Amino acid sequence: MALLDICRHQDWKAILTPFGAQNFSVSCGSEVSCDEFKVPVGVDPSTFMNTLSENDGKLKLQFNHGTTTLAFKFQHGVIVAVDSRCTAGKYIDTQYFKKVIEINPYLLGTMSGSAADCVYWERVLAQHCRIYKLRNKEEITVSAASKLLSNMLAGYRGMGLSIGSMICGWDKKGPGLYYVDENGTRLSGNMFSTGSGHSYAYGVMDSGHRYDLTIPEAYDLAQRAIYHATHRDAYSGGTVNMYHVKQDGWIKVSQEDVGELYQKYLFKRK
Amino acid sequence: MEYLIGIQGPDFVLVAADTVAASSIIQMKHDYDKMFKLSEKILLLCVGEAGDTVQFAEYIQKNVQLYKMRNGYELSPDAAANFTRKNLADYLRSRTPYHVNLLLAGYDDHDGPALYYMDYLSSLAKAPFAAHGYGAFLTLSILDRYYKPDESVEFILNLPAFNVRLIDKHGIKDLEKLPLATTSTS
Repeated sequence: MALLDICRHQDWKAILTPFGAQNFSVSCGSEVSCDEFKVPVGVDPSTFMNTLSENDGKLKLQFNHGTTTLAFKFQHGVIVAVDSRCTAGKYIDTQYFKKVIEINPYLLGTMSGSAADCVYWERVLAQHCRIYKLRNKEEITVSAASKLLSNMLAGYRGMGLSIGSMICGWDKKGPGLYYVDENGTRLSGNMFSTGSGHSYAYGVMDSGHRYDLTIPEAYDLAQRAIYHATHRDAYSGGTVNMYHVKQDGWIKVSQEDVGELYQKYLFKRK
Repeated sequence: MEYLIGIQGPDFVLVAADTVAASSIIQMKHDYDKMFKLSEKILLLCVGEAGDTVQFAEYIQKNVQLYKMRNGYELSPDAAANFTRKNLADYLRSRTPYHVNLLLAGYDDHDGPALYYMDYLSSLAKAPFAAHGYGAFLTLSILDRYYKPDESVEFILNLPAFNVRLIDKHGIKDLEKLPLATTSTS
């Protein structure tokens, strides 16, 4: 993408649109350099999305909402835990999908909702964060990164984006945790959970959460919350991917299969 | 459901908003501030569709501040209210209308306190008291019955937690959080 930007002045139109589509704004591959919002040619995206989701339409697109992700702050930083099941309606695409994007060594973004939207827009966010660092010689704050994402999504309001993301990091103001979604909601808080299994995760997480948890206790709480959500929610499962954001950056704590966790917790109870 | 209330006194305006940010059945935040400071003596209270509220209110907030930077003096509450209404009206019949309900409260050094009620259809009304949300169905009649323009005001707020602020000639003041208590002002 960076190389394409440097070569921008070349006429890519002829190469990228071999069938000679007219009125096509060429992006040169990078969202970052473009100011305008791109929409499909000649079609109003909102009405287009509606026709696809109607029950009696010829084609019914099923958007992926199946996920459980969570993050909470405590005395030693921020714990982030996600499941890894990716579904398209009733079909499981994969049990090993990476729902945490590592934006930089201090910032993580989680994904829930439409896989394509999340992966794409969080990569664009990562680009913006990198450019910020190059221009300002310091890391972007969690607040600014989440605001960037929120404003990008606000431009596509009503066009069918589906993103529920948590931006987690540690910056000069301390640990940061923001929830951002496709409506334009941006909330700073101590504890969030998103996805179809979010309510199950909240139940376990809320009950067990204290600010003064020790690190092993926090890891256990996060893992259990995701596990319980995957147990009850059909659209969540696979493995629990867990990260811990500390002052000197994030570490990946563990990746455990929920089936094995089931055996472990069952054994402990007996 | 989100709730806003504003009451105008002889030389002040009292405003309160609930502090819950909810998403269907989940309370995502219980300490959420729904008031936006437009200038030293103007507050905009904003509720409505998620995302729209913050985007619209911050847009108005930045433009009011820009006016002060360009011209050297602040917009009056009346001008700010009409500016806000005009923006709502312009977006109303566009592809992206903003579904927000607002209360604008301010103190003008010449004209005194003012409270403006605006809704998502971009109506604007200057009123002695106003409220938004399901709670309004109950509180408006109480205010109709007991409100007097030049007397001290006593009222009861019945939600778990409220953000209450007072605007007078000295500026905006935060009153303590109310957990089921009465407040009286003069």
